[in-house]
Amino acid sequence: MFNSHKSVEKNSILMLIFVVITISIGGLVEIVPLFRMETTIEPVKGVRPYTPLELAGYNVYLREGCYGCHSQQVRPLRDEVERYGHYSLAAESMYDHPFQWGSKRTGPDLARVGGKYSDDWHVAHTIHPQSLVPESIMPGYAHLVEKGAKLEYIHEDMIALRMVGVPYTDEQIENAYTDALAQATDDSDDLDGLLSRYSKVNARNFDGQSTTTEMDALIAYLQVLGTMAELQDYKHDGTQRSGR
Amino acid sequence: MTSLAEKPNYNDDIVKLFTIATVFWGVTGFLVGVFIALQMAFPVLNFGEYLTFGRLRPLHTSAVIFAFGGNALFATSYFAVQRTCRTRLWGDGWSKFTFWGYQFFIVIAALGYVTGVTQGKEYAEPEWYADLWLTIVWVAYLIVFLMTLKNRKEPHIYVANWFFLGFIVTVAVLHLVNNISIPVSLFSTKSYPLWGGVQSAMIQWWYGHNAVGFFLTAGFLGIMYYFVPKRAGRPVYSYRLSILHFWSLIFMYIWAGPHHLHYTALPDWAQTLGMTFSIMLWMPSWGGMINGMMTLSGAWHKLREDPVLKFMIISLAFYGMSTFEGPLMSIKAVNALSHYTDWTIGHVHSGALGWVAFISFGAIYHLVPVLWKRPGLYSLKLVNAHLWIATIGIVLYIAAMWVSGIMEGLMWRSYDALGFLEYSFVETVQAKFIPYLIRAFGGMLFLLGSLIMVYNLIRTVRGDTAPETRPAYLETVHV
Repeated sequence: MFNSHKSVEKNSILMLIFVVITISIGGLVEIVPLFRMETTIEPVKGVRPYTPLELAGYNVYLREGCYGCHSQQVRPLRDEVERYGHYSLAAESMYDHPFQWGSKRTGPDLARVGGKYSDDWHVAHTIHPQSLVPESIMPGYAHLVEKGAKLEYIHEDMIALRMVGVPYTDEQIENAYTDALAQATDDSDDLDGLLSRYSKVNARNFDGQSTTTEMDALIAYLQVLGTMAELQDYKHDGTQRSGR
Repeated sequence: MTSLAEKPNYNDDIVKLFTIATVFWGVTGFLVGVFIALQMAFPVLNFGEYLTFGRLRPLHTSAVIFAFGGNALFATSYFAVQRTCRTRLWGDGWSKFTFWGYQFFIVIAALGYVTGVTQGKEYAEPEWYADLWLTIVWVAYLIVFLMTLKNRKEPHIYVANWFFLGFIVTVAVLHLVNNISIPVSLFSTKSYPLWGGVQSAMIQWWYGHNAVGFFLTAGFLGIMYYFVPKRAGRPVYSYRLSILHFWSLIFMYIWAGPHHLHYTALPDWAQTLGMTFSIMLWMPSWGGMINGMMTLSGAWHKLREDPVLKFMIISLAFYGMSTFEGPLMSIKAVNALSHYTDWTIGHVHSGALGWVAFISFGAIYHLVPVLWKRPGLYSLKLVNAHLWIATIGIVLYIAAMWVSGIMEGLMWRSYDALGFLEYSFVETVQAKFIPYLIRAFGGMLFLLGSLIMVYNLIRTVRGDTAPETRPAYLETVHV
C-alpha cells in the first residue's frame, strides 16, 4: 500500500485527480439526495413566496447581518418549543435564498416572531432596543426609518428569484411595485389586488410614517415569520417526509 | 541542472509581500475582533449605520480567516514549494497577480460588508462580483502551484505540498458550488443563490465546515509539515503516518458539515452521517498532531531555548485540544446544549487563535530573518513575551466562552419547580456580562502580543540585534 503511494507522490496531476475524487464522495452522498424534495420537505400548506415588501425586508435583514445573532430554526426540544413555538419545518424556509437558520443565539430565535409583538414595539425596539429591553445588547437601527425602501426595482429581484426556483407568477412580478406600496399603506386602493395575489398578508402602515421606509419592509418581514405554515393541520407521525 | 550544493534562484520577493500582508491583516483582524467583543459587552459602541456588530462581524471573520490566514497560506506555500521542489516559483508575473488580486479581493469584500453588500451566508458573505474575481485569482494560484510542482528537481512531491495542493483544490470546489448565484442585474451588487431552504443550509455548512477543514486545517498542516521539521532540524516523525493522515483527513472532513445542523429541518439521516464522520475525524486529526509533535524526538531540548519552536508546538497542542472538543460537540446530545451558544465561539477561537494563528506566528518568525537575509530575529525574549501574553489571552478567551456558553445553554433549558421555563431570554444575556469582559480582555492580550511581534519584526528587518544571548544552534539554521 505504502509502496504504491509512490506513484501518486511522483505525479502531481494524478495526485490532483485522487484528491478531487476523495473529497467528492462525502459531499455527493450528503447533498444529492436532498434534491428529492418529497423526502426532504414535508407537505404542509400555507407557505408562499414573500410579498415584494416582505422580500425587501428580508434583504434588509441580510444586509444588517441579523443572522449573525438571531437564529430562525426552532429545534424539537421541549424548552425551545415552549419558548418559541412549534419546531421549524423544512417547508417554511424553502423559498429563502439563502436560508436564514443562523448558527448563534446572541438574541432570541426569530423563526416564529411573527405576530408576537406589535408594530409599534418593533419600531421602537429596532431604533433603540434598550428603550424597551434595558439589558439588551442589540445595536440600534435608527437609519431604517429614515431610508425609503427601494421598491421601484423589486420586480427585478423577483425575476432573479424565479430563475432560482421561487414560483413567482407573471402577474406578481408585473404588480410588484403597486403591491409593495399597497402593503405598507392603511386601506390602500390597491389592497384587493395584493390580497388576490398573496394569501394571509399583513397590510398596514407598519412604522406609522407617511413614506414607505426600510422599517416598513423589515417589520412586514418579521411579522410574517413563522406564520405562513398551517401547523394545526401538520401531524408528525414519522411518515410525513415520505408521503406525497 | 543545478547540483545539490547550488541553491536555485528562489523567488522570495513574492513571499516577502505575502508575509507583510499576513502581519498587516492579522493585526487588523485582531483589532476588529477586540472591538466587536467590546460591542457585545457595551452595545453603546455600535456607532451609526456602518459600524454595527452585524456588519463588523463578517469583517472580523473574513479579516482573520481569509486575509490573515489566506496570506499566511500564500506566503508559506510559495516559500515551501520552492524549497521542497528545489526550483524557482513558476511564473513571476502570475504569482504577483495572485498577490495583488488577492488583496484586491479582500478590499472589495470588506467594503461590501461595511456598506451592507452581502450574500448573507456566514464565511461566504462576498457578493457575486467578488466571488468571480476570487475564482480567477484562485485558478492562477493553482496554476502557479502546479507548474512549480511540475518543474521540481526532486523525484517525490513532499508531504507539505500534498496538503497545500489538497487545500487549494478543495477550496476551489467549495467556493464554486456554494456561491452559484443569479445577479439581479449586471449593474447590481445583489444576487440570489441558486440553493434555497434545506439544500442551501446543507451546502452552506458543507462549505462552512470545510472552510475550517481545508482552509484552516489542511493548509496549515502544510505549514506544520514544512516548518516544524525545518525548525526542529529533524525529519518528519513518520512517513507512513503522513500518508494515512493526509488521505483519511481529506476524505472524512468533507462529511462533517451537517453537525452544524443538528435537530434542524435537515433530514435525520444526514445529521447522523455528519455526526458519525465528525467523531471519526478525531483519529486523523490526532494522528497528524502526533506526527507533528513526535517530529521533535531527539530535539526536545530545543523547546527550552527556541520560542519560535514553542509557538509551533503549543499550536499543535491547541490543535489537539480543539480537534478533541469538535467531535465532542458534534455528538447530538452535547450539541443540543452547545449549539447557538458561546461555547461554539470559544471552540472556534481555540482553533483559530491557538492553532491557526500560532502556527502562522511560528512560521513568520522563522521566515522573516531568512527572507530579509538577517542573522536572526531582533529579540527572542520578545518572541517569548509574545508567546506567553498571547497564550494567557487565549486561555482567558476560551475559558470565558466555556463558562458563558454552558451557562446560557443550561439557563435556556432550565425549569422551575412549577414546570415553567425558569429564565427569560434577556436574563441569559445579562448573565454573560462578566464572561464578555474577560473575553474582551483575553482578546486584547492576544492583540498586544501581535503588536510586540510587529515591533520585533520591524527591528529584525532593519538589521538590529537585541543585546541578549541566543542559542548557538540557531546561528546555523539555514534554508
